Amino acid sequence: MVALGEDESCPYEECMPDIFEVTVDDLKHLVSERAISGETMLLNMGPQHPSTHGVLRLLLELDGETVVNCIPDIGFLHTGVEKNMEAKTYQKAEVMTDRLDYLNTVGNNLAYSMAVEKLVGLDVPARAQGLRVILVELQRIASHLIWLGTAALDVAAMSTFLYCFREREDILDIFELVSGQRMMTTYIRPGGVWRDVPVEFEKAVRDFVKMMPKRVDQYEALLTRNPLFLDRTLGIGKISGEDALNLGMTGPGLRASGVNWDLRKARPYSGYEQYDFEVPTRTEGDVYARYLVRVQEMRESLRIIEQALNKLPMGPVRSNNRKYVPPPRSEIGVSMEALIHHFKLWTEGFNAPKGYIYSAVESPRGELGVYLESDGGPKPYRIHWRTPSFDNLQSLPLMAKGHLIADLVAIIGSIDIVLGDVDR
Amino acid sequence: MEKNLQPIVENLEKTFGGPASEYRSDVTLIIPREKVVEACQQVKGLGFELMSALTAVDYWPEENPRFHVIYLFTSVSLNLRLGFRVPVPGVNPTIPSVSHIYHNANWRERELWDMFGIKAEGHPDLRRILMPADWEGHPLRKDYPLGYEEPQFTFNFEEIDLRKPYAKE
Repeated sequence: MVALGEDESCPYEECMPDIFEVTVDDLKHLVSERAISGETMLLNMGPQHPSTHGVLRLLLELDGETVVNCIPDIGFLHTGVEKNMEAKTYQKAEVMTDRLDYLNTVGNNLAYSMAVEKLVGLDVPARAQGLRVILVELQRIASHLIWLGTAALDVAAMSTFLYCFREREDILDIFELVSGQRMMTTYIRPGGVWRDVPVEFEKAVRDFVKMMPKRVDQYEALLTRNPLFLDRTLGIGKISGEDALNLGMTGPGLRASGVNWDLRKARPYSGYEQYDFEVPTRTEGDVYARYLVRVQEMRESLRIIEQALNKLPMGPVRSNNRKYVPPPRSEIGVSMEALIHHFKLWTEGFNAPKGYIYSAVESPRGELGVYLESDGGPKPYRIHWRTPSFDNLQSLPLMAKGHLIADLVAIIGSIDIVLGDVDR
Repeated sequence: MEKNLQPIVENLEKTFGGPASEYRSDVTLIIPREKVVEACQQVKGLGFELMSALTAVDYWPEENPRFHVIYLFTSVSLNLRLGFRVPVPGVNPTIPSVSHIYHNANWRERELWDMFGIKAEGHPDLRRILMPADWEGHPLRKDYPLGYEEPQFTFNFEEIDLRKPYAKE
């Protein structure tokens, strides 16, 4: 790199694109007057900062090490998923859903499939419902494991990270077993699931459910009473239940602030009403409370998986409505009608009735909703993803105010954002 | 319609005009845009603490109304859901901001401006949120084309590279 004197012009100037700059003048209304006069410091954090969990950029106004104002800047991972899905048929649009919140891929499939089923009025067989619940709860544990690992890493607990990824690997192996894919499974489809699970599935899940509670105990032994961890998390990033609701916060963050709101309990879907589980809540609303809620949620998910596995009925895994759901492979060779349906569904798709619906599931991060509108054609006329991280992240400025930068890192970790989920 | 939602909807129908529509048990009310703030205040008072979503639909080439702005509310205490649709014309599309009532409307209205070009009047910080600050156009409008990229292979790499639009040249 050549240092440039003042009289020298940049040798690469010709090929340098014009970069549009956002100046402090544009953001004047967001910072205090002390920042304009130079009394406090404006500092840029991210988007390439390891503790922003992806590409989150924060503009911080700092008084010494204390955060006065925190202005999140998002959009670095915007991929136009909504626009893209509007250009694809209902079946083909589903692969985009995996790429939204890449730590909750099965949950995204479920949210999308449920929205399409609600729009066209499809029934899902009981076995498919049970399989959906098992996989989504496994995904919830996998997502919480990543969160636990990275959030603990943010407050300098290195070893937890390695243990969490070890167990997550087992869950991804189960996904690979059922769908052939570790992360982007697209296993849950409108009308059911892609195909029935292999025979090894039950043993794999039972082994996992048997092994996992001890592992959760191990994580808790590392963190729950660890004085260093308590120092970094107790009383940090407090938010009241009322503020949290007003800022649209949902999921474990809301439940850690004393609001008992879990869509699995409040508005059951996919047969969650059959299972006996608790919704862990805390009232403190700080980073530590959010940690406790998520760890407890992992244990509850294990309970749900076990019950769902015990109750899993035999039977078809896909709806028999051939106007919306492709026929099984075995039928295509012998039935002309099945072949026609298959061809029609994979070329022009199905026409959904005109109307609009909103359907939501409880993702590991909160309310994952899909607003789906159809104009009667084979493609979604408008699909909007109400992603939980987008709203959860809005509470960051309120939570971070008055804390140190080091605490800000712990707070970002405790919100559990996934930037693919924020930016869509 | 759920039983305890009935009186709330009837109440709102009386004030803001109706009737409410129901499709697959989702209840939606059409609200004129002058009354959005008033209606939001009222539903918040009725126990809908959480604004689940705020988005829009573009009915281009229709011009009046071109957009429907959609508000979705959730009541945590009563376990209910309710939706509003606000028709907005294509010429100078604006809605009154509700970010002082529901604080998460702040980013959601910025997204509405960014993606649809619908301005929230009285918004404290109306900048683009997902697209770059100097972006032209509003991507989720129906008259905004979905861009494609020509795939380059070894035999036609350079030919396509010559006419490929790179950012800001």
